[in-house]
Amino acid sequence: MDPETQSMKLTFNIHGGDFTHAGQPSSEVKKVLKQLGIDGKTIKGIVIALYEAEVNVVAHAWKGTVEVEIDESKITIIVRDEGPGIPDIELAMQAGYSTASKKVREMGFGAGMGLPNMKKNTDELIIESEVDKGTTVKMINYFL
Amino acid sequence: MSGLPTYHALKVDAVKCIGCTHCMKSCPTEAIRVIDGLAVIDHERCVYCGQCHRACPTRAFYVEQDDLEMIRSFKYRVILFPSIMIGQFPEKYSEDQIYAGLKKVGFTHVYEVEQPMQVLIDSVHEVLEDQETHKPAISIYCPAIVRLIQGRYPSLTENLILRKAPHNLAAHFAIEQLIEEGARREEIGLFYATPCIAKIAAVKSPVGERESIVDGVVNMNQLYNEVMKVIADGDAEDNSIQRENLSAEGITWSLTRGESCHFGSRSIAIDGIHNAVRFLERLENDQVHGIDFIEMRACDQSCAGGILLTGNRFMTVERLERRAKRYPAAKDIAQTTIRVDTEELKQKLILDPIKPKPHFIFGKDRVKAMEKMNKAQRIVCFLPGIDCGSCGAPNCHALAEDMVNNKAKMSDCIYLQQMWVDEGRIKAEKAFLNVQKKWGTDRFKADCNKRGRRNEGF
Ligand SMILES: Nc1ncnc2c1ncn2[C@@H]1O[C@H](COP(=O)(O)OP(=O)(O)OP(=O)(O)O)[C@@H](O)[C@H]1O
Ligand code: SF4
Ligand SMILES: [Mg+2]
Repeated sequence: MDPETQSMKLTFNIHGGDFTHAGQPSSEVKKVLKQLGIDGKTIKGIVIALYEAEVNVVAHAWKGTVEVEIDESKITIIVRDEGPGIPDIELAMQAGYSTASKKVREMGFGAGMGLPNMKKNTDELIIESEVDKGTTVKMINYFL
Repeated sequence: MSGLPTYHALKVDAVKCIGCTHCMKSCPTEAIRVIDGLAVIDHERCVYCGQCHRACPTRAFYVEQDDLEMIRSFKYRVILFPSIMIGQFPEKYSEDQIYAGLKKVGFTHVYEVEQPMQVLIDSVHEVLEDQETHKPAISIYCPAIVRLIQGRYPSLTENLILRKAPHNLAAHFAIEQLIEEGARREEIGLFYATPCIAKIAAVKSPVGERESIVDGVVNMNQLYNEVMKVIADGDAEDNSIQRENLSAEGITWSLTRGESCHFGSRSIAIDGIHNAVRFLERLENDQVHGIDFIEMRACDQSCAGGILLTGNRFMTVERLERRAKRYPAAKDIAQTTIRVDTEELKQKLILDPIKPKPHFIFGKDRVKAMEKMNKAQRIVCFLPGIDCGSCGAPNCHALAEDMVNNKAKMSDCIYLQQMWVDEGRIKAEKAFLNVQKKWGTDRFKADCNKRGRRNEGF
C-alpha cells in the first residue's frame, strides 16, 4: 500500500493571546479520531492534553503550530511555539507551579495544572525548550 | 437494551417536497440528502429534533400517528399528555372544560404526565448523590438529546441520568391507580399525546427500557383539533380529582429551567438543538468544570416549542407559569393523596444503561477508514467551499465524505462540472443532464408559482 495513505496529517496555527479561539485544533482532532472509531476514553485523554498545550501557547508564548500525525496504532502531536521558553522544565512540570499573569488568571487559567495534566493524559511527553526562543512539546498516545 | 425496532414517525411527502435544501441545511447531524429532487432522511443519523420539519417551506414533512379509533378496544381509555397541552387552548376555556372535551373525544381517564412529581424528583436526587454518578449528570428528559449524545458524543452516554421521563411516571401511576379501582391491566389502554417526533420514537421504541408502556400515540395538534370540535363553554363536570397530584413543579417541568432549578448546587439549562451541539462539544473536550446537573432540550423554549404544538411558544410559557402559581408544591402533596406505593413507583423509574451508538465512523477497519478520510480531504481540495447544497449534500465536506462512501460522485458538484465543461472535458448537454437527474427534469422550466415568486421571503 502507498505509505502515504497509512497515516493522516493535520496542521494548525495558534496565536498568542487569542483565548477565544483556543480549542479549535483539539476539536478538529477529536472529530477525526471519532470518525476513525477510536474509543472515547483514549480520545478524551488526547483532547485534554492537546487543549492544555494549546492554551499554554496562547497564555505564555507568542505564536505556534500544531502538527498531528495519526497512524494505525498511535497519534503523535507536536506543538511548537515561538516564545519565552521554559527555563526550568522540571519545576514547570510540578503541579501548582505557574508564572501566569494576573490577566490570564482572571480568565480562569494559571492553576499550574496544565503540564501535569498533559503528563497524566499522554503515553509519552517530551518537552524541549530554549529560553527566549521557544518550546516544543511532543505527545504520543497509543490506541487500544 | 430494548430489542424493539426503532420507530420512524417522520416522513417526507414526495408530492409536497420541492427539493429546496432548507431541511438539509438545518439538520444538526447532516442526516438529510436531496436525491432525485427529494429530501431523503438517513434514519440512522436522525435524532428526531424536528429542525427539518420547522425549516420546510412546503410542509412536506409529516408525522405518522396511530388511528384514534383504536382506543375503542379498551374499557379504560387513558390519555396521558404533558401539561403544556393545557397551555395551547384559548384562555377562555377552563381546565375542567378541557378535561371534559378530552372525555368527549372518547377517553375515560385524563392524566397530565407530570405527576406525582416528587417521586421523580427524589429519584433523580438519589442518582445525583451517588458517588459513582458521572458529573455533570445529564437529564434524559428530551429523547432527541439522548439520541444526539448516543450518536455524536458517545463518551457522554455515561453521564446520562438513568431515570425515566414523566410520561413513564404517569403511565405507571395511572395503571396502579386504575388497578386499585378494580380494573384489570389488559382492560387499560394508555395513549400518549406527543408534542414532538422525538417523544414518539421514545415511547414506541424506548432506549434503556424493555418494552413500550403505552398502547398508542396521538399527535398533540391533532388531539387539540379533536377537542376543539367538541369543547363546550358551559358548566363542566368537576375533574379536579384527576389533578390532585399535579404540582407547580410538574406544570413547569417541560419548560426551560423546569428541571435544572431543582437539582445540583450548580446546574445549567440549555434549549435549542444547535446550542446543545455546541455545549456538548465543550463538555466532551472536558472544558466544563464544576457543573453538577445539565438540563438539555432540543427545542427553543423546550417543549413549549415542540413541533406538534399549536400555540406560540412564548405565550405557552407565560400561561404555564401563571397556571403553576395556582398549584401546590410537589412536596406538599401528601402521600395519602397519591394513594399508591411511591417506593414501588420509584423502582419502576430506573432505566437500563444507555449504550453509545456512534454513527460517524468511517468503517471498522482503522487503516481503511484513514484511507477514506485522506481521500475525502484530497477531494475537498478540489471543491469550491461554497457549501451551496446544489450537489444534494449539506456542504462540500459532506459531499466529499459521501463520495468516498460511494454515495456521490465528482460531477455532483455543479461548479466542478462547469469547470470541466469549460475545459472541454465533458459536453454541456451531458452536464445539464446530470443536473436534471439530481433535481428533476421540470426543475429548470419557468414557473410563476415557484417559491420566491410570491414574496414569501422575510
Ligand atoms: N509554551 C510555553 N512557553 C513558555 N512557558 C511555558 C509554556 N508552557 C508552560 N510554561 C511555563 O510553565 C508553567 C506551568 O505550566 P502549566 O501549564 O502547568 O500551568 P499554567 O499554564 O501556568 O496554568 P494552567 O495550565 O493550570 O492554566 C507556566 O506557568 C509557564 O511558566
Ligand atoms: S424539547 Fe420537548 S418537544 Fe422538543 S424534542 Fe425535546 S422532548 Fe420533544
Ligand atoms: Mg497551562
